[in-house]
Amino acid sequence: MERTPHATPGQPPEQARTLNVVRSDAYADSVALMRAAGHLTDLPGVETASLVMATAPNKRLLADAGLLTADGDRARPADLLIALRGSADALDRAVAAVDGLLDQDVPPGEEPGAPVPRALTETDPATGLALISVPGPYAAAEALKALRRGLHAFVFSDNVPLDQEVRLKEEAHRLGLLAMGPDCGTALLDGVPLGFANALRPGRIGLIGASGTGLQQISCLLDAAGEGVRQMIGTGGRDLGAEVGGRTTLDAFELLDADPGCALILLVSKPPDPRVAARVLARAVRAEKPVVAAFLGADHPAPGGSVTVVTTLRAAADTAVRVLGGTPTPPWTAPHTEPGPGPFLRALYAGGTFAYEARQVLPAAAETLGPFVPGRQLALPERHVILDLGDDTYTAGRPHPMIDPTVRAAHLRAALTDPGTRVVVLDVVLGHGAGPDPVAPLTAEIERIPVRERPPVIAFVVGTDRDPQDARAQRDLLTAAGVLLAPTSTDAARWAADLVAPRTAARESRLTAAGGRS
Amino acid sequence: MTAPALLGDAPARIASVGVAAFADVPRTAGADVTHLDWRPPAGGDPDLAWKLAELTGHARVERANEEAVARLLGVRPVWRDVRTARDCLPVLDDRATGERVLLHAGPPVDWADMCGPMRAGVIGAALLEGWADTPEQAQRLADQGALRFEPCHHHEAVGPMGGITSPSMPVLVVEDPGTGRRSYANLNEGAGRCLRYGALGDDVMDRLRWMADVLAPALREALRARTDGVDLRAVTAQALQMGDECHSRNTAASALLLRELAAPLARTAHGPDVLEFLAGNHYWFLNFSMAASKLATSAAHGVPHSTLVTAFARNGVEVGIRVSGLGDAWFTAPAAHVEGLYFAGYGPQDANPDIGDSAITETNGLGGFSLAAAPAITGFVGGTVDLALRTSRDMARITLARHEAYRLPALGGIGAPVGIDLRAVLDTGIEPVVTTGIAHREPGIGQIGAGLVHAPLECFRGALAAFPVPA
Repeated sequence: MERTPHATPGQPPEQARTLNVVRSDAYADSVALMRAAGHLTDLPGVETASLVMATAPNKRLLADAGLLTADGDRARPADLLIALRGSADALDRAVAAVDGLLDQDVPPGEEPGAPVPRALTETDPATGLALISVPGPYAAAEALKALRRGLHAFVFSDNVPLDQEVRLKEEAHRLGLLAMGPDCGTALLDGVPLGFANALRPGRIGLIGASGTGLQQISCLLDAAGEGVRQMIGTGGRDLGAEVGGRTTLDAFELLDADPGCALILLVSKPPDPRVAARVLARAVRAEKPVVAAFLGADHPAPGGSVTVVTTLRAAADTAVRVLGGTPTPPWTAPHTEPGPGPFLRALYAGGTFAYEARQVLPAAAETLGPFVPGRQLALPERHVILDLGDDTYTAGRPHPMIDPTVRAAHLRAALTDPGTRVVVLDVVLGHGAGPDPVAPLTAEIERIPVRERPPVIAFVVGTDRDPQDARAQRDLLTAAGVLLAPTSTDAARWAADLVAPRTAARESRLTAAGGRS
Repeated sequence: MTAPALLGDAPARIASVGVAAFADVPRTAGADVTHLDWRPPAGGDPDLAWKLAELTGHARVERANEEAVARLLGVRPVWRDVRTARDCLPVLDDRATGERVLLHAGPPVDWADMCGPMRAGVIGAALLEGWADTPEQAQRLADQGALRFEPCHHHEAVGPMGGITSPSMPVLVVEDPGTGRRSYANLNEGAGRCLRYGALGDDVMDRLRWMADVLAPALREALRARTDGVDLRAVTAQALQMGDECHSRNTAASALLLRELAAPLARTAHGPDVLEFLAGNHYWFLNFSMAASKLATSAAHGVPHSTLVTAFARNGVEVGIRVSGLGDAWFTAPAAHVEGLYFAGYGPQDANPDIGDSAITETNGLGGFSLAAAPAITGFVGGTVDLALRTSRDMARITLARHEAYRLPALGGIGAPVGIDLRAVLDTGIEPVVTTGIAHREPGIGQIGAGLVHAPLECFRGALAAFPVPA
């Protein structure tokens, strides 16, 4: 075939073309697609490459970015859609490269030639648990199939319809199974981690959480204090809402209360529905072991028995250590810090719980900037901003920011260059499931600007020294880039709040009410 | 059901669906993790995917499918008789109805929409019945609405390719002695220029007349000597051991069947002619295989809440399925293109889309589902013996049972996969494989090749959309 010659000096550069290629019934998960798109974008002559499953929201995103053609618009949700912009020559090479990029390695130990199951109904009957991370519109269906086959379900996916979540959890309860999630970030069952999980020392504490990053923060603080984790059960972010009614939390309570290796049950959640909280606390009072309940920022009277109610993640860990007879970490004092020129906080969290916790000290902050559109310039509002970039708004059609740093990096760049910024706050979550070097994409953005010309960046690292990324090494990299470190999310939020507004007595009491009401 | 304990149950065996990297997390702790080769179920429609999940492991559906499979496997197809169609199919009894009715293959189709080979079959049948003297007259009759058309499947009958069955044609009668249930199929004309492939001409007409006047009475007389009829299940089971899959390859089964009746046939008036015809017809058993399969799947039809597929049939324009729990409705999609090998001088541009009732054999565990038994025909798709083995293994992923009588020697004698489950097809995206012949798209030419085709997912999606979730 005759090739179009490359543009030579003196001739106008070749016109960029937009091309959509559709592969029917060729599913790949969003991480694989992102990785492939990254490789294609790196090819010479390719301006933009995007690989998505051709769902309606994904097609809308491509259309917004001017990357959707009539071919792509005809694709169906089960089809893989490859959208490319670049020179004709480069597009040919990119299309040719797609297949090799999407070929999956055969997992070790599996016989080549034996068909890999496609459906949960095809799995080995001895399978006890399904780990589900498919796109949200399909996730509840997979979980229901798992339950019907007698498997417990761990559902990492978000964007799951609420009515399906309720159905799922009712079915799980009926069948004597546990449905963790949807939107369940982490779990640790008999030492087996699921989702995002840190390398924790084994021990005697059982955790239940409607908050994945909250569980990770508390379990890492317990680890640092010398306490170990026996079990960790995630319930999904909406479990303690009025509609779901704490179904999984209550089922998890039964499991941990009956587990003789559990000496203490620790419960963590974003602000729960008051009636659901009351129901859960009533169950906690009947528990055979002490219970620490961390309802972030929500005031609940202590229900009696051996139940302690606290309102911060740091207080949750400290209280559990004290109840078990240990010594909590001493209070931490922030060093003096020179703020940026503007008046506003820019807190850009990957962990939703950290955003909740920070909002307790700055309730007036903006909570969302709307969906992220690749290529569009980000503008930050003239007010405090506390974002949960792992929220559905930002993750529809793309992986969680703990896997894919693109969205957070774009927000960080905007925050660092905005003259309205006084201080930036970042969380860095380590452990299994997170990237090999989560700090790198953040420091790459920060180091674009000389340290004197940028507002201060406060960060905290959630992890242990046994994590694959090594918490100590990641902290050193942050320090080397001029980032200020806080020991916990709670301390980071308080530090940042101090920089944007003088500390008030009321806020002080909120953040230090560390289980004083037991 | 006793739920497995979540805690304290080591070693954990986990199935991972979705992001491949997440499968590695529990592996770090020594868990045994299988990462699924998942794709969005039901062709990517989330509402259908949820409905599919609601039907999965549903107690009433499971019970219904057990019952449907038991009925299917309980059928003992016995060849009892050869009769004239109008004598045993009331719809074709023109003496009683005064109507000119023809049966055709596949889901319902009107004359105006019929493909070339099926139109040729209509013309040939009208000539055969003496309703017209010339093809032009026959065409006019059809154009004027003087002929009425019904699917074979609506009358417990099946016909290969065009499947046109007219009142005076002989049909074979297959019966289940346990229930008295019966099914019917016309007789196979052999290879080459045949009405079922849309060939027309004096040679085709002469053969059809000979089959009615000579072959059918001879078969009838020979059968009379066998009070128990001929056990088609036994013939099929043996043929699977001998390299047939009893849809596209019937060489062994035809020989076995001929052997059963050879002696009494030799004693009939036209014995040598009849034996010569049967000896030259490698496809002779196909119509028996189809009738036996129809008998079995019909027995499984009509079980409320059953997701078992009881028919897959093609009229050359549309393909359609029927599902046990969904009554008489057909769920259709445009007929697919057959991938295969062509006779010299023909190619894909000449091929009619997928046609014929013969895919009923697949719904009974034969054909593509038993491809492992027939390495000789994998060449139709440029395939290998490995491909044949894999095809039978894959079909087991979308079926509810193994056939207790039909065994596959190349797979260690395991039973043929039988009872296509609507749910499994949509959950895995594995489309049923059919081995089939290819007809020329123009009327009057005939067979031009053979190959493989898949039952399109679209039919199954339609059926799922219509399937009520039991309380």
